[in-house]
Amino acid sequence: MTGKTITRADLSESVYQEVGLSRNESAELVDTVLEEISAALTRGESVKISSFGSFLVRMKGERIGRNPKTGEEVPIKPRRVLVFRASHVLKDRVNKGIAS
Amino acid sequence: MTKSELILRIGELNPHLYHRDVERIVTTIFEEITQALAKRERVELRGFGAFSVKFREARRGRNPRTGETVAVEQKVVPFFKTGKELRDRLNGRIETEPAKTPSSAGGAGKEP
Repeated sequence: MTGKTITRADLSESVYQEVGLSRNESAELVDTVLEEISAALTRGESVKISSFGSFLVRMKGERIGRNPKTGEEVPIKPRRVLVFRASHVLKDRVNKGIAS
Repeated sequence: MTKSELILRIGELNPHLYHRDVERIVTTIFEEITQALAKRERVELRGFGAFSVKFREARRGRNPRTGETVAVEQKVVPFFKTGKELRDRLNGRIETEPAKTPSSAGGAGKEP
């Protein structure tokens, strides 16, 4: 297992290499793509990316939580959470490991 | 929203780009994330979230229909943790940024 972490900068670099745009524009496009996905999710839409996975917004009801430090009971308000379900293609590719 | 709708939307926001290039941009992003995960690397996208893989030990599973015991091999599963900013936005703690309005997104306003 490598300790490497991929960031927006790496994604921009790949877009830059792949499409003949400037580095700046490539970086902006990566941001725009992530922003559009976030905006759709914020509107409550799910986002399905074929052969990658789906991002789904789930509603969680109120429940009583507990402050683990003090033991104090605190209500956890109803909230929306995001779940990611990986597609079979992604699961398979991740399991095949370093194929390339 | 599907991948093709996302591509259309990015195209609307960037009318100077060829559809083919927008497709390549979106595909490249997900392809890079996939390749990183296949190498067991982590992908951290500030404000959005982080992708990583988790290891699952081999275990004895059970076919829920027949009750039969089956061996489940050790495996790796993709995992996503939502970033703080997006989590807050989902709960209305941060106003949704108005979609970027480059040169001419004319008539792209699509309200839910």
